[in-house]
Amino acid sequence: MVDYKQYHPAWGDRSPVIIGFLCNWCSYRAADLAGTSRFGYPATLRDIRIMCTGRLDPTFVIKALREGADGVLVMGCHPGQCHYEEGNFKAMRRVALLRRTLSQLGVHPDRVQLGWASAAQGIIFTETVKEMTEKIAKLGPLKWHDNNHDASPHLPPLPEKEATHG
Amino acid sequence: MSEEEKIGVYICHCGHNIAGTVDVEGVAEWAKSLPNVTVSKDYKFMCSSLGQELIEEDIAEQGLSRVVVAACSPHMHEPTFRGACSRAGLNPYLFEMANIREHASWVHQDDGEAATEKAKSIVSGAVSRARELEPLEPFRAPIDETTLVVGGGIAGINTALEIANAGYKVILVEREPSIGGHMAQFDKTFPTLDCSACILTPKMFDVGNHPNIELMTYSEVEQVDGYVGNFTVRIRKKARMIDVDLCTGCGDCWERCPAKVVDTVYEAGLGYRTAVYRPFPQAVPKYPVIDTESCIYFKNGRCRACEKFCPTDAIKFDQEDEIIVTSVGNIVLATGYDLFDSRRLPQYGYGRLANVFTSLEFERMTNASGPTDGKVLLRDGVTEPKSVAILHCIGSRDKNTNDYCSAICCMAALKFAHLVKEKTDAEVYNFYIDMRTAPKDYETFYNRLMQEGTHFIRGRAAEVTDAARKPEEVGKLIVQAEDTLIGKQRRIPVDMVILMAGMQPRHDSQEVSHRFGIGCSDAGFFNESHPKLDPIATMNAGIFIAGVCQGPKDIPASVSQGAAAASRVLSLIGKGEVEIEPVRAHIDEDRCSGCRICNNLCPYNAIDFLEDLAVSRVNPALCKGCGTCVAACPSQVIDGQHYTFNSIMSQIEGLLWDVRPNGEEKVTFQKTEPV
Repeated sequence: MVDYKQYHPAWGDRSPVIIGFLCNWCSYRAADLAGTSRFGYPATLRDIRIMCTGRLDPTFVIKALREGADGVLVMGCHPGQCHYEEGNFKAMRRVALLRRTLSQLGVHPDRVQLGWASAAQGIIFTETVKEMTEKIAKLGPLKWHDNNHDASPHLPPLPEKEATHG
Repeated sequence: MSEEEKIGVYICHCGHNIAGTVDVEGVAEWAKSLPNVTVSKDYKFMCSSLGQELIEEDIAEQGLSRVVVAACSPHMHEPTFRGACSRAGLNPYLFEMANIREHASWVHQDDGEAATEKAKSIVSGAVSRARELEPLEPFRAPIDETTLVVGGGIAGINTALEIANAGYKVILVEREPSIGGHMAQFDKTFPTLDCSACILTPKMFDVGNHPNIELMTYSEVEQVDGYVGNFTVRIRKKARMIDVDLCTGCGDCWERCPAKVVDTVYEAGLGYRTAVYRPFPQAVPKYPVIDTESCIYFKNGRCRACEKFCPTDAIKFDQEDEIIVTSVGNIVLATGYDLFDSRRLPQYGYGRLANVFTSLEFERMTNASGPTDGKVLLRDGVTEPKSVAILHCIGSRDKNTNDYCSAICCMAALKFAHLVKEKTDAEVYNFYIDMRTAPKDYETFYNRLMQEGTHFIRGRAAEVTDAARKPEEVGKLIVQAEDTLIGKQRRIPVDMVILMAGMQPRHDSQEVSHRFGIGCSDAGFFNESHPKLDPIATMNAGIFIAGVCQGPKDIPASVSQGAAAASRVLSLIGKGEVEIEPVRAHIDEDRCSGCRICNNLCPYNAIDFLEDLAVSRVNPALCKGCGTCVAACPSQVIDGQHYTFNSIMSQIEGLLWDVRPNGEEKVTFQKTEPV
């Protein structure tokens, strides 16, 4: 396991946790290609497949940060190459707004990043995860709950359910 | 979510692919502790029939209501396991795949512990998501039996003929005035030295006369809409300025045309054509076109010589582009390649030193119907070369240009060497990095050439120059190269240099790939669905690829891929209907506020506003399931089927099982610096 204390002492024994939203057509396949080509990258990313980055509800990002992620990486097709014409442009607008909102909440905007990789760019996917991991590692753990408990009431309503784990 | 859900979790070893890095038994044991998980097992190969039976038995015996398989990418085996669920009577959309191979074991090979922890998270996320899945029924739609083939080279021709011969309609669209593609420019084909035209033109003729093939040359596909089985395509038929119903192809027009231009397409810049032209005598269709950019009448309003001499009054200067909108069920792209532009490598002197030729120029030169009537001559058009150097890998296997091997140039170079030997007494020198003559009978041809006395020098040529250092070099082209077999620099003076320019994707391949909604590699070749097992299909169902547009290959490989694409199309047509993923948006009209934010967001105009009810409604036939509207709805009443709000929220919780805060402890808000 990598020792992340070298980046920020607050990591202790733990590693950064990044939630990834990968579009089905480009970046998820880039991640698959990274696997097939055995391009290693830090084990910090836990990804979710969505059909298009246009599906990215900003609530998902806030939910991920709130539930303990230290960062969120959204990756789609290159601008102009979206499988659904222009979903990634919508993601661009939404993420830009979200980053501003988050910085007003006291969350460093770099914790939410947007990247592009085509289905043939396993290496770009790998590099993006590496860079993002390093950035988050330097920022230190987010600890949303330790820092921002009162933020919760302002969040959109979550589905009615009990916490299922932990 | 229902408390009664019974989830079965299956962790695949994938031989050593996963089990070599991830502690699969450990993950399977651990997964038993996840809520609702009734069964958790690990197995050597889940995709094997025994693995699938394991799932089927458990569904039947344990009454599983959700199935999670942690194995490879869903792009690989999701259909396999959905099939297993289906056979056991479980709705296939209640299956969820956890990708712990491509996204864990293969990328964290040096850290088994981290890979195992990540695998746990991925499994936990999949279990949480599975709990929220809803049963869905795939849409079924009939298949339009007409197929669109784009590109009339040998791959496209073969695809079109195979489908047409099976009795189904084909629309073949070609950008140039005639079909035939690059193969029509060649004189001989390797390694048999078959006459290229002799084997190609019968096929071209068949295409032109086939009752099931509608040939549209000088046309381009501008727009593609729809989905597998039901595409709508918009084709621009460029104005030929010729009424093809009247034209007999007699040739009076181009014989009288005073405008001569260099033919950069068919003659590869080595010969001329007129402004009204038919690219070559065997062209299909036989009708000429008027190139309005070089036609004197279109430039200054005078001339009209062709019109005066046309015996059937077929010249129509006022013809306009025609737009054809038609529906097709499947599409095969066979758009071919561009030749690497040798000017990009100035050290070889192409464009500067007269007697440096590209491979395609030489093809035209040796072609009996080419500009020199098949004679091998220097640029002056009279002198026969006494020595010829053939330089391999121009724009191939080079990080500065294209890093891939163009696959055909070694064999084409051998063919050229043979043709030079056959037609002249010249000495031939091949400068190669490696000889790549893999397919059947190619090595025999290589051996034959070595016996014919061609010189092979192992080393990439460094430069071609006319700067002589010794008296015998004066007036010659000197090829400088390191002969890596003897470890010496060599300077070989020759009369003629042929550059074996590599194959490149079409200059507009990125744009075309986007138009058809398929992927494209960095180089620009179209992406296949799977490099080993499905090099014919693309990510977009109903769109197939054949020939060099998928990657460099020779004629037999293009022909095979064309036939393979045809067989894929025919098997879809044979089924009669397609199943389409029910990943669609759906609006809860009772809760829709009628704000219309979603209406303009939809890239497919699939959302209609019902004025009378003041709500929006998704047209499922147009919706492609991207989810943009789902994410944007301020009332959260649009449901993205299979990727619902709840399923993704739940997956986030699952993925973060180990870092989630315990409960909702209360701490006061404090202003802090960004952390």
